[in-house]
Amino acid sequence: MFSACVSIAAVVLICLFLFMKGLPAVAKIGVFDFLLGKEWRPSNNIFGIFPMIVGSVYVTAGALLIGVPVGILAAIFMARFCPEPLYKIMKPAINLMAGIPSVVYGFFGLVVLVPFVREHVGGRGMSMLTASLLLGLMILPTIISVAESSIRAVPQSYYEGGLALGASHERSVFMAVVPAAKSGIFAGVVLGVGRAIGETMAVKMVAGNQTLIPEKLTDGVRTLTANIVLEMGYSTDLHREALIATAVVLFVFILIINLSFSLLKRRSK
Amino acid sequence: MMKLFDREYLRRKIKEYKRDPFSFVLLAAVCLAAFVTMLALLFVIVYILVKGIPHLTPELFSWEYNSDNVSLMPALINTLLIAALSLLFAVPVGIGAAVYLTEYAKRGNKLVGIVRITAETLSGIPSIVYGLFGSLFFVKYLGFGLSLLSGALTLAIMILPLIMRTTEEALLTVPDSYREGSFGLGAGRLRTVFKIVLPSAVPGILSGIILGIGRIVGESAALIFTAGTVAEVANSVFDSARTLSVHMYAISGEGLHIDQTYATAVVLLAVTIIINALSEFAAKKLGGGERQNE
Repeated sequence: MFSACVSIAAVVLICLFLFMKGLPAVAKIGVFDFLLGKEWRPSNNIFGIFPMIVGSVYVTAGALLIGVPVGILAAIFMARFCPEPLYKIMKPAINLMAGIPSVVYGFFGLVVLVPFVREHVGGRGMSMLTASLLLGLMILPTIISVAESSIRAVPQSYYEGGLALGASHERSVFMAVVPAAKSGIFAGVVLGVGRAIGETMAVKMVAGNQTLIPEKLTDGVRTLTANIVLEMGYSTDLHREALIATAVVLFVFILIINLSFSLLKRRSK
Repeated sequence: MMKLFDREYLRRKIKEYKRDPFSFVLLAAVCLAAFVTMLALLFVIVYILVKGIPHLTPELFSWEYNSDNVSLMPALINTLLIAALSLLFAVPVGIGAAVYLTEYAKRGNKLVGIVRITAETLSGIPSIVYGLFGSLFFVKYLGFGLSLLSGALTLAIMILPLIMRTTEEALLTVPDSYREGSFGLGAGRLRTVFKIVLPSAVPGILSGIILGIGRIVGESAALIFTAGTVAEVANSVFDSARTLSVHMYAISGEGLHIDQTYATAVVLLAVTIIINALSEFAAKKLGGGERQNE
C-alpha cells in the first residue's frame, strides 16, 4: 500500500519544481524589491508584487466579511432549524453551489455584478467590491457544509442540557451547541480562506486587474493568482521566472494558512 | 411543517418570543442567512438558464469547431476524455492510500502523520499553482507537451486528496464488527479489506469519485497551461485539447460570442447538476442496497 506515499511525492515534487524555478528569480530581483516593490512593469524588468499581495489580502478579507456570517448562520439553520422536507432540497442545493465551475461564477459576475456595481456604487464596475461579493458567494458552500457537519457532530446532550436549564431552542443552539462546534466552524472558515486566495478565473474576470494598490472599494485590483494566469501565456525569461516566484509566494501563503490551522486545531484539543 | 398551521402552537411560540426577543432575533438571522444563500444560488442558476437556453442551437453541437458556430462539442468530448484519464490515475492511488491509512497503519505511525499533512496541503493548493507545476513538470520536464496527458496527470494530483479523504471517511464508517467478524472466520487482513471492508464502503467512495469528476469538469485554471486550448477533439493523449470550462473561458474572454457563452454556461451547469444528482443517487441507492443485505 505504498500508494500512500504518492501524495508525499507529489508535494515534494511540487515544492521542488516551484522553488527551483522561482527562487533564482527572487534572488535576481532581490527579496525586498520583489515582495515589497510597489511597481510591476515586466517590460522594464521591474517586478514588485506588493500590489498583488495587498490585492489578494483585501479581496479575501472582503469575501470573508460577506461569506462568514451568512455561511455560519445558514449552517446553523440547516443543522438545527431546518424542517426535514426543506433540508432535502437545501442540502443538494448547497452541494450544487459548491460544484458550479468557477468560470460560470466568473461569467455571472461579469454580466450581472459588474454592471450592477458600476451603476449603483460607481467606478468602472470591475473592482475589489465586485470580486469580494463574488468570492463571498463562492466560499459560502464550503463554509456551510463544514460548519454544518461540525454542528451536527456536537452531542445531543449539550442541546438538551440547554433546554433543561430553561433556555429557548434558539438560545440553547447558540449558547451551547455552536460554541462546542467552534473548532469545526473555524476549520470551515480557514478552508474558505484557502479557496478565496486560490480562486483564479472568477476573480480575474471581475477584478479589473490593475497592478496598483487599491485605495477605494471601487478600485480595480489584481490578485496573485490573476497575475499568473494573465501573463503566463506570453512571458519569457526573467518575467516568466518572476511569475513562477509569484506562485511560490502564493504557495507559501497557503502553507502558512494550513500550518496555523493545524496548530489551532491541536491547541483546541 | 404541520405544526406551523396549528394555531395553539403558534400562539404559544409568539408568547415565548415576546418574553425572550433575543431568541427571535437569532431565529430571524438564521432564517435570513439561509434564505439569502438559496436566493443567490437560485438567481445564478435562473439567470444563466434564461439567458442561455434560447441560444442552445444545433450548430453549437456540431462536430467541427470553427469561429462561426463556436461549437462546444469537441470541448465536451475532451472533457470526458480528460476526466476518464485522470480518474484512471487518481482512483487506484487514492483508494490505496486511504486503505493504507485506515486499515494498515498503526496508530501514532509517523508516516501517517506525514501523509495526512501532505494530503491536506495538496487539497489547499490553488489550482493555478497546480497549473504552473503541471506546465513545468509534465509539459516541459517530462516532455509531454501541451497535451491531454499533462492535463490529466495534473488534475489527477489535484483530485487525489479529495478521493483519499472521502474514501477514508467511508472506510471509517464501516463498523469494526465487520472486520472482527471476518477475522473471526479466519480471513487474513488482505482478504478482509478487499472482500468485506471495501465493498461496504463503496457508496461513500463512489460519491467521492463523482465529486472528483465534478472538480475536473469545472477546472480551468490548471488546464490552460497543461492541456492547452486547441478546440479540436484530441486524437491521442499527446494532443492538446480544451475542456468545456477552458472553452467557456476562452470564448467569454474574446467577448464576441456572448450568446454562445451563455449557452455553454448552461451546458456546464447541466453537467454539474447531473453529476451532483448522480453522486447523491449513488450514495443513497447503494447505501440502501447495503442495508437490505445486512
